[in-house]
Amino acid sequence: MATLEIKNLHVSVQTEQGAKEILKGVDLTIRSGETHAVMGPNGSGKSTLAYSVAGHPKYEVTDGEILLDGESVLEMSVDERARAGLFLAMQYPVEIPGVSVSNFLRTAKTALTGEAPALRQWVGDLREGMKNLKMDSDFTERNVNEGFSGGEKKRHEILQLELLKPKIAILDETDSGLDVDALKIVSEGVNRAKASSDLGVLLITHYTRILRYIKPDFVHVFVAGKVAEQGGPELADRLEAEGYDRYLKASA
Amino acid sequence: MAQHGIKEHSHGGDVPIQTRNLRPRSTSVSDFPEVSKLQEIWRYLPIDKLRGLDQEVMGELGQEAIELVLAPGVTSRWIESSDSLVGTAGLPEDRVSAASWTNASKTLVIEIPKDLEVNEPSFIRINPASVDANALHIVVVAGMHSNSTLVLDHIGQGVLGENIEIVLQDGANLNFVTIQEWEKGSSHVSAQFAKLGRDSNLKHVVVSLGGDVVRVTPSVELSSPGAEVNMYGVYLANTGNFFEHRPYVDHIAPNCVSNVAYKGALQGAGAHTVWVGDVLIRESATGTSTYELNRNLLLTDGARADSVPNLEIETGKIEGAGHASASGRFDDEQLFYLQARGISESEARRLVVRGFLSELIQKIGVAEVEERLIAAVELELEKAGV
Ligand SMILES: Nc1ncnc2c1ncn2[C@@H]1O[C@H](COP(=O)(O)OP(=O)(O)OP(=O)(O)O)[C@@H](O)[C@H]1O
Ligand SMILES: [Mg+2]
Repeated sequence: MATLEIKNLHVSVQTEQGAKEILKGVDLTIRSGETHAVMGPNGSGKSTLAYSVAGHPKYEVTDGEILLDGESVLEMSVDERARAGLFLAMQYPVEIPGVSVSNFLRTAKTALTGEAPALRQWVGDLREGMKNLKMDSDFTERNVNEGFSGGEKKRHEILQLELLKPKIAILDETDSGLDVDALKIVSEGVNRAKASSDLGVLLITHYTRILRYIKPDFVHVFVAGKVAEQGGPELADRLEAEGYDRYLKASA
Repeated sequence: MAQHGIKEHSHGGDVPIQTRNLRPRSTSVSDFPEVSKLQEIWRYLPIDKLRGLDQEVMGELGQEAIELVLAPGVTSRWIESSDSLVGTAGLPEDRVSAASWTNASKTLVIEIPKDLEVNEPSFIRINPASVDANALHIVVVAGMHSNSTLVLDHIGQGVLGENIEIVLQDGANLNFVTIQEWEKGSSHVSAQFAKLGRDSNLKHVVVSLGGDVVRVTPSVELSSPGAEVNMYGVYLANTGNFFEHRPYVDHIAPNCVSNVAYKGALQGAGAHTVWVGDVLIRESATGTSTYELNRNLLLTDGARADSVPNLEIETGKIEGAGHASASGRFDDEQLFYLQARGISESEARRLVVRGFLSELIQKIGVAEVEERLIAAVELELEKAGV
């Protein structure tokens, strides 16, 4: 049972004009087994929230706390956070020339568990994971994200989610750029990860489409660096019908 | 494909260079001015570290400093440097090359007979074990339709002025690798000249790992149709290393292909590398296809990589021509991605550096050289504590 608590989180980035505050007091608590959808318009700070939890050096936490099972995540380096059980599926996964997917995944698994995975088991899990996500087996020999299509990058993120088995996963717009078939495949991957462990999920999205396949327990509307409203799945239906206009007017 | 976080160099404002084939060529030292920073070809090099290589008179590398391990069928012999074979692939274009030429009274000839196909590589191992300035001249002749691999390996301590001629007869296929893994106190200036026969194929690989000054200037003349050259370079420069690589491809005949790719990793204060890549496509060289690339990864502050691609095109009727050159720091986004998967920062850096160089290391095609290079990369990364 894990709990990620985000309390009164304020985050700034450095710009040419000086520090710019993007997150303005975010409160969110995610527990194992729960699925939270964070929905908000472009530029509202959703990725900033995701990166701040993962510890990207670009984002400076100026106030507030992030706690994983009561321990401050802010004191941890990026890799320590991952080893503590946090996972971020990136909106824009990065290419790493010359590093093969198989080498990358094995290195990550070894780092997370502290020992090299038993070969036969690992090869089996990898093959199974790729088959489920309808990825060609030759992917393992390709360089990480190099020349991957948008959809392939997202499948690769979910493959990592399934293989690395975190406690809490943040999925940053994993649905964007996917056609309906790919969206289903990726959603099934997330649902499998939830079923096979007690994964807590923070699902960041712009659209309600993915919520047809991944059922949220809670929906948070994110506007101008804060949670503007929260509720159950019915809130998503309302957003579908009304859009973000109501919130944008209120925040303006 | 652009590397993240790497700045493309701007080529604006470059002084127009002298057309490459108009450089004077001579075997006589007095035809060249004293080495000075005012000359473009010497502008980067720490001249005080030439250690006598630019003087009129120097010694000649003793044959005991050269160990030959040749594949079956490959032969060697020493000839007088007055022999007409000497000078077939090219002539000196600078003072050090001319001095090395005139001071080497004997020339080592390595011959790969016509039609010989050998998988196992031949090795020329050079270990001067002296810091006197010495000259060495080697001519490699790859016979018609032969297919072979030759590794020229420089180790130990030495001050060496070298001229290496590589002649590929029609249809010959040669993988030529030159390794510079000198100890501290060494200076090495190697002018290499290759002349490619019709439909021949040269892979020319430069691996520079050690030496106070290492300057390798491989010039390739594509004067017969259908010839192809692939020039690869991999280097790892540390504090105390100055490595300069100046590949030059002269496209004269039609329908030739050249591909130049050099990659280097630098670390430590004062580590300095220079890459100047010249490609000249003459009016006669229709149907040419060429690409040249140099990338440098700066692992720490205080290292410097100069990178200058020069592409001169005198005909419009070419298949394709391009160049790319970039030097940059570690890409923070790559490191973040790896670390976000639990991989420690030092392990992430290793992965990125190995990945950066591996594409070229894999192309060398000589297992023992590839392994040695991978081991050298590991060792360097350990030294830097990354
Ligand atoms: N380095 C930066 N300099 C200036 N502004 C920045 C910087 N990084 C982020 N921002 C701004 O912060 C705001 C939030 O960005 P963020 O990427 O978190 O939004 P988002 O909600 O994920 O948007 P999207 O739906 O487009 O993915 C945006 O207005 C963005 O322009
Ligand atoms: Mg975003």
